[in-house]
Amino acid sequence: MIKARIIVTLKTGVLDPQGKAIEAALGNLGIDGVGQVRQGKVFDVELAGEDAASAKTKLDAMCGQLLANTVIENYAVEIDHG
Amino acid sequence: MKTAVVLLPGLNRDRDMIAALTTITGKAPLTVWQTETALPDVDLVVVPGGFSFGDYLRAGAIAARSPVMRAVAEAAAKGVPVLGVCNGFQILCEAGLLPGALMRNAALRFVCREVKLEVTNARTRFSTAYRQGQIIRCPVAHHDGNYFADEATLKGLQDNDRIVFRYAEGTNPNGAINDIAGIVNAAGNVLGMMPHPENLIEPEHGGTDGRGIFESALGASQSVAA
Repeated sequence: MIKARIIVTLKTGVLDPQGKAIEAALGNLGIDGVGQVRQGKVFDVELAGEDAASAKTKLDAMCGQLLANTVIENYAVEIDHG
Repeated sequence: MKTAVVLLPGLNRDRDMIAALTTITGKAPLTVWQTETALPDVDLVVVPGGFSFGDYLRAGAIAARSPVMRAVAEAAAKGVPVLGVCNGFQILCEAGLLPGALMRNAALRFVCREVKLEVTNARTRFSTAYRQGQIIRCPVAHHDGNYFADEATLKGLQDNDRIVFRYAEGTNPNGAINDIAGIVNAAGNVLGMMPHPENLIEPEHGGTDGRGIFESALGASQSVAA
């Protein structure tokens, strides 16, 4: 069994109104020194088998076809996370 | 004049769309459930609005990978007119039938109100019933209508006259880039739009400005068939 973590983030230049709202809320909490906040998503995926190379291929396919919308998002794949 | 409406779990504007198509064509549309792998032979396919699959992952993302959307893509490739409204527009973008993406509204609020649309291209098969530059009224109701595309895509849409509707007179309700409310694909037979023309087709709705989209699409199919 291979465990992978996929991190999906908004591309640079894509407006993130949710991140902006979080930024403002952090300010309301009185936490100072906060710069830009960008919100993303994390997926923990289990894959049958032990072959990291074939897992990477499958993980890239699932990111490109579903987990990330590559019009607005980037993704990074970490295998055997934690 | 035959039409079909795609049904997916979580849609909620399907009934309005069915009522509108029934009023305009005089015949109830066929309905096609998400698991179907083929569409009936029709003159117009509509993907209506709502919250398919609860907007899980991203609005329209799960629906776009359902079997019926593969069938819609095949029909679109053959030239069948396809209209996606609201969640339908989001689904068509997620399915790759239209470029760009619909993001959370810039003000982070669900908007439910009437906007004004400028008909920026009255020569598409969905807009010939309008005059170029005509301002029409149309209701919107969405949380993720903030259209976004990269600069190259926007330039392509602009240069090829594929922006059919823009929010007019400062009524952009969601922060959509360049006020884009509706676009067509390169072949011109797939239209996606956030506003709901099906909710403004009878005088009892308070106006009939939305009718032209259906009349244009169905009129065009009729002349193609003849």
